[in-house]
Amino acid sequence: MGARVGIVVFPGSNCDHDAYYAFKDIVKADTKFIWHKEGNTGDRNIIILPGGFSYGDYLRCGAISKFSNIMKDVVRFANNGGVVIGICNGFQILCESGLLPGALLRNERLQFVCKTVSLKVENNKSIFSFNYKIKEDINIPIAHGEGNYFCDDVTLTELIGNNQILFTYNDNPNGSVFNIAGIQNKGRNVLGMMPHPERAADKKLGNADGLRLLKGIAESVE
Amino acid sequence: MFKAKITVTLRKSILDPQGKAVEHSLKSLGYDRIKDTRIGKYIELIIDSDSKEDAFVTAEEACKKVLANPVMEDYSFEIIEEGKD
Repeated sequence: MGARVGIVVFPGSNCDHDAYYAFKDIVKADTKFIWHKEGNTGDRNIIILPGGFSYGDYLRCGAISKFSNIMKDVVRFANNGGVVIGICNGFQILCESGLLPGALLRNERLQFVCKTVSLKVENNKSIFSFNYKIKEDINIPIAHGEGNYFCDDVTLTELIGNNQILFTYNDNPNGSVFNIAGIQNKGRNVLGMMPHPERAADKKLGNADGLRLLKGIAESVE
Repeated sequence: MFKAKITVTLRKSILDPQGKAVEHSLKSLGYDRIKDTRIGKYIELIIDSDSKEDAFVTAEEACKKVLANPVMEDYSFEIIEEGKD
């Protein structure tokens, strides 16, 4: 059977094709787009919420996407143990939907930051990060204006205690608490991260540090 | 018809860098008595309703479900009869 990847396309998504290319052409997985108006995730066993500016980031990033048709089924899918990955705007949508704790605030220095940053792998015992070494430094691009991860102290203690923090920034670019770049849920089947592994998936384009994450996910559902 | 005048701001415990920047510029103009500046959003809803109480319930629900994210924001609002402000 193998990995069957579904990439949700919202109005305003703009990293959907990058994710499609990475999964279809590099990972060689069965990959399809899912338009946000569709009511269900179908036969897909991995759901990607890609980066972009869904619904123009109106009101708050991800706030309107969470009410889209497809998201009702994505929440059901995730609550049944389905693998969901939210990248950048996708991470914001996961937080707004309640699938991940916390929220993404505006970057501390109020600027959109677009560059490759160094991340530390804090937990390599997840289906998302097992292809990395613990405490390994990897280079992954970021491109966001609202990536400043925030949660209250109780939630942060929980995230640390449950080993939910997978990636941290070595040089915090946005003010995130605890330098958080990516977290998983308690059920360990939902990942949200601001950096873009799909933009670092092809050696020909200069950097393939993100490929092990994408391949790992595909391997984990096989 | 009633109007809900809603303000959404970052929670008090969260740093508001935009507010801080504006506060610094106000201070540099000599407004020493301005002690805090917070920047938020203002939202108006026109609600087709027979009573103020009913409009209040609708506005409260809208704030909770959509307009504010309780993880990072506080909201407050007042309800007035449409056309009376």
